[in-house]
Amino acid sequence: MLTKRIIPCLDIKNGRTVKGVNFVNLRDAGDPVELAKIYAEEGADELVFLDISATEERRKTLQKLVLDVAAQVDIPFTVGGGISSVEDVDHMLQAGADKVSINSAAVKRPELINELASKFGNQCIVVAIDAKQIDGEWIVHLVGGKVPTEIRLFDWAKEVAERGAGEILFTSMDNDGTKDGFANEALATLSTIVNIPIIASGGAGNMQHFKDTFIEGNADAALAASVFHFKEIGIPELKQNLKDNGINVRI
Amino acid sequence: MKIIIINYGAGNIQSIKFALQRLGVEAILSNDADEIRNADKVIFPGVGEASSAMKKLNESQLDTIIPTLTQPVLGICLGMQLMCNSSEEGNTKGLGIFDTEVMRFSQNVKVPQIGWNTIQNLKSPLFEGVRENEYMYLVHSFYAQKSNEMIAESNYDISYASALQKDNFYGVQFHPEKSSKAGSRILKNFLEL
Repeated sequence: MLTKRIIPCLDIKNGRTVKGVNFVNLRDAGDPVELAKIYAEEGADELVFLDISATEERRKTLQKLVLDVAAQVDIPFTVGGGISSVEDVDHMLQAGADKVSINSAAVKRPELINELASKFGNQCIVVAIDAKQIDGEWIVHLVGGKVPTEIRLFDWAKEVAERGAGEILFTSMDNDGTKDGFANEALATLSTIVNIPIIASGGAGNMQHFKDTFIEGNADAALAASVFHFKEIGIPELKQNLKDNGINVRI
Repeated sequence: MKIIIINYGAGNIQSIKFALQRLGVEAILSNDADEIRNADKVIFPGVGEASSAMKKLNESQLDTIIPTLTQPVLGICLGMQLMCNSSEEGNTKGLGIFDTEVMRFSQNVKVPQIGWNTIQNLKSPLFEGVRENEYMYLVHSFYAQKSNEMIAESNYDISYASALQKDNFYGVQFHPEKSSKAGSRILKNFLEL
């Protein structure tokens, strides 16, 4: 039986790991390759590297990191952040990334999803969607959640799936950084309107939250950063706890 | 030992190369017929869409070379699927090494299947030291139907062949290069065949 996945997310700036609360204040949480190896060793099912640097050399730096991770880590990983063209994706996959995630670039030019899916296969295209509720309606946001669009989350999710996304990484900006749990209602809705895996992101604070997002949110995978980076939740304990609660995980 | 990873422009080649490096083996990427024929072991990778991958094989005439190889050959993911008779994906005729067909998962489940699933009924030296129900990492929308050549099965929507073997040809739907220690063991077993 297919298991539910636990995915630590490493935010990367200039080759180092950072994690911001609500994407604003950044704290250093270590060397990405070392951290990745530890997580793989502890039983993480996948890793996500999200590059938030804004320098000219960003692609070169990121590509070097992807090569280092691919050489040393024996579980799958996704790379995202600033990826906006077929060429960018090609570079990351060539360097050894298993999947890439695209966000703003897809909102600005949705055809990019079709182009990537047909060139590389939909299995390696993750569309990341950041959204928050405005007047009770889930609205897609850009630039790490700062800039609202006029696109509704559920419409966009349907569109990206139709265009060939292999997976959706949904971050609730309302939940991110709160440690109050994932946006399970929206997640459950996503799973009913598209037939591709959904990764839940934003709001993990304790083990119960993971259980809830797998059961109530019907998520296929759960992503978190700070609770893992600052050792508030250990991955072996989390997986044991989920297993004890009847959730199928890889142990 | 000379290990060739067939390089035909449709593979997650870097990851396989690195996984072999972690086992202390330096693999060579090649699409040269003589070099492939003279290798001790051949790995046939593949990600992406079946018909366009098959087209690339045709263009480089690898489609006629691969079925005639006599050393151990390991097809991974799409590589394994292309070794079957046919695939529903793009209505593709395969290499016909494995006598089975590749079908699409139904809409009863999320497609693609992405993540770690178990493999069972293990029946090959490829799985030496690998426990029943071990977890492997899989990413795929199409699956090989069960056949006499099945050496491992998995379950998603239905029970299907997650590994096949015929003579010197081996195929795995999962990604051993991304499946932690157990995956690494499978690659090591392949190198020792």
